[in-house]
Amino acid sequence: MSTKSKSIESKTDFNQDERLKKVSKLRILLNRPELGALGGAILVFIFFGIVAGDTGMFSAYGVLNFLDVSANLGIIAIAAAMLMIGGEFDLSIGSMIGFAGICIAIPAIYWGWPLWMSIIFAFSMAVLVGYFNGILVVRTGLPSFIVTLAMLFILRGATLALTRLITGRTQVPGLRVLIEDDPLAWIFATDTFKWFFTWLGSMNLIALRTDGTPLATGIPPSVIWFIALAIISTWILMKTRYGNWIFASGGDKNGANNVGVPVGRVKISLFIGTAVAATIFATIQVLDAGSADTMRGTLKELEAIAAAVVGGCLLTGGYGSAIGAAFGALIFGTVSMGIFYTDVDTDWFKVFLGAMMLIAVIFNNYIRRKVTESK
Amino acid sequence: MSDFLVQFNNISKFFGKVIALKDVTMKLKKGEIMCLLGDNGAGKSTLIKTLAGVHRPDEGEIIVEGKKTTFDSPKDALDMGIATVYQDLALVSLMSVTRNFFMGREPMKGPPFLKTFDIEKANKIAAERMGQIGIDVRDPSQAVGTMSGGERQCLAISRAIYFGAKVLVLDEPTSALGVHQASVVLKYIVKAASQGLAVILITHNVHHAYPVGNSFTVLNRGKSLGTYEKKDISREKLLSMMAGGEELNKLEVELQEMNRSSTN
Repeated sequence: MSTKSKSIESKTDFNQDERLKKVSKLRILLNRPELGALGGAILVFIFFGIVAGDTGMFSAYGVLNFLDVSANLGIIAIAAAMLMIGGEFDLSIGSMIGFAGICIAIPAIYWGWPLWMSIIFAFSMAVLVGYFNGILVVRTGLPSFIVTLAMLFILRGATLALTRLITGRTQVPGLRVLIEDDPLAWIFATDTFKWFFTWLGSMNLIALRTDGTPLATGIPPSVIWFIALAIISTWILMKTRYGNWIFASGGDKNGANNVGVPVGRVKISLFIGTAVAATIFATIQVLDAGSADTMRGTLKELEAIAAAVVGGCLLTGGYGSAIGAAFGALIFGTVSMGIFYTDVDTDWFKVFLGAMMLIAVIFNNYIRRKVTESK
Repeated sequence: MSDFLVQFNNISKFFGKVIALKDVTMKLKKGEIMCLLGDNGAGKSTLIKTLAGVHRPDEGEIIVEGKKTTFDSPKDALDMGIATVYQDLALVSLMSVTRNFFMGREPMKGPPFLKTFDIEKANKIAAERMGQIGIDVRDPSQAVGTMSGGERQCLAISRAIYFGAKVLVLDEPTSALGVHQASVVLKYIVKAASQGLAVILITHNVHHAYPVGNSFTVLNRGKSLGTYEKKDISREKLLSMMAGGEELNKLEVELQEMNRSSTN
C-alpha cells in the first residue's frame, strides 16, 4: 500500500475500490478465521464418506446421532469462543455443567419445586457464577486461567459435597416424570420436525422400528439450540456494537478502554455467557437422561476450548468466530461418533482431538502473524 | 475576550512531596502547532495526562474557548474537544481499519432495541477519511496490523478529528517512525492545523518539531523554560536548552579547568 500523498485524487480511488472488491473477496475469505475449521469439517465428512459410507453413519438416525453430540459440544464451544475473542478463558464450564444439573435436580426432586422453577433457579445460579468469575478477573487483573481453574475445583467440589449432604448419593434420578406438562422444560426436551420424520418413515425413506415408527424421531433440542446460538452469536460479533466491543476488549484492553469501550462490563457479560451456555447444555442432558450426575461435564471445558481453537480463535484474544467454533464442534462430534462405524479403536479419538488442536494452533499462529504483519 | 482556543495557566501537579509540574503555562490559538519539548523525566507524561483529564492539576486553571473549566475525567476533556492520541494509539492491530476507527463510537442503524452496527456507512466514512490524508485504503476491512506505523498514527489522529477534536494532544507521534514515515505524519499534522485545529505536539526530537511548530515550550525537571515563537529561537538553541545545555556548558568549563590544572 502506498503512503504517498494522493489526497486530491481520493475520489477516483473510491471508484477503483469498487473495481478491486472482486479480487479481494477471495482474500477476505482466506483471512476469515473459520476457514480452517470449515475445511477440516469437509475433510472429515469426505473421510467418513469413504470409510464408513455404507455402515449407517449417514442414515437419518446416524446423522442425528453425531449432530446431537456435536451440538452439545457446540453450545458450550460457541460461548467459549466468544469469551476467548474477548480475551479470557473459562475453565469452569465443565464444573458448571455438573453444578447446573444438580441445581435443577435437587430442588425438583427433594424440595418439591416445579421443574420450571428449578430450571430458572439453575440459570440464576449460572448468572451468579459467571458474574463472580468475571468480576474477579476484571477487578484483580489476574489471569482468567487461574481464577476459573480455582472455580473449576470449587464448583465441582461443592456440587459433590452438597449433593451427598442433601441426598446421600452422587446421582439424582427421577426427573423424567416431571417433564410432561411442564411449561418450560419442553424448550430443552422436545424433538422437533417429528411430522417430517414420520412422513419420511411412511414413505419408507428412513429406517423404521418393528412397530412402524421411524428410528429417528425428530431433530433433538440440542441441535436447535446449537444452530440458534451459532446464528445469534455470529450476528452479535459481526453486526452489533457489542460485537465490536468484544473484539476490542480481547485485542487490546487498554486501547479499548481509552476510546470508551466498557471493557470490564463486556468481559463480565461474556463470563455470564459461558456459565449460561453450560447450563443450557446441562438442562438438555439432565432432561434427556432423566437424572443429574455430579460428575457430568468433566473435561468438557477443555473440549470446548479445543473446538474454539480449531474454529480459529486465538488464545491471546481479539480474533476468532462463533461459526468457526461451531464447525470445530462439528468436527469433534462427527469424529467421536464416526469412529464407532470404522474398524478403528475408539481410544484413538483423543489422539485425533489433540493432533487436530495442535495443527489448528500452528495454523492460527501463522494467520495471526500474517494479519498483524506490517507491510 | 481572548483569541486563544485553549489556555493552560500556571499548571502545577504534585505527587506527595514530588513536584511533577510547576507553573507550566501554555496558550494555543486556532491553527497553531505548539511543540512541547523535553528530555526524559522532564514531566511530559504528567503534563499530557493533565491535559487529557487523567490527572487533576493541583494549581492553575484551564480555559477552553474563554470558559474556565476543570476536567474530572478523560471523557470531560474529550467532551470539551481536547483529544489525546497516546503513543499506543489505542488501536487493535487484529481488527479492521473500520472497526478501529469507530471503536467505542459505532454508528448504528435500525429500529430501537434492534440497532445494528452500520458497517457499510462506517466503511465508507473510514475509507473517505483515510483517503483525505492520502492513505489509500483499498479495503477498509483489512486489519490495522497490515498498516505501516505512520499510517496507524494518521489513522489515530484522523479518528480523533472525526470525533470532534478541537485541540489535538499528540504524544510522541513520530518517535517510533522512520524518516519517511515521520514526514508523512508531520505533513498530516500541519494539514490538520491549517484546518483550524490547535495541536500540542509532544516530542523529544527537535528535528521533527522545528519544521512544523509555530511555538516551542521547553520543559525541564517539571518547570517550563519558557515559550518561544519560532522567529525568536533557533534549532540549535532549542536543542541545547532541551539537553540541559547550561549544565553541559558548565561541565565543559570544569573539564577545561581540570585540564589546565593538570598540565600546569
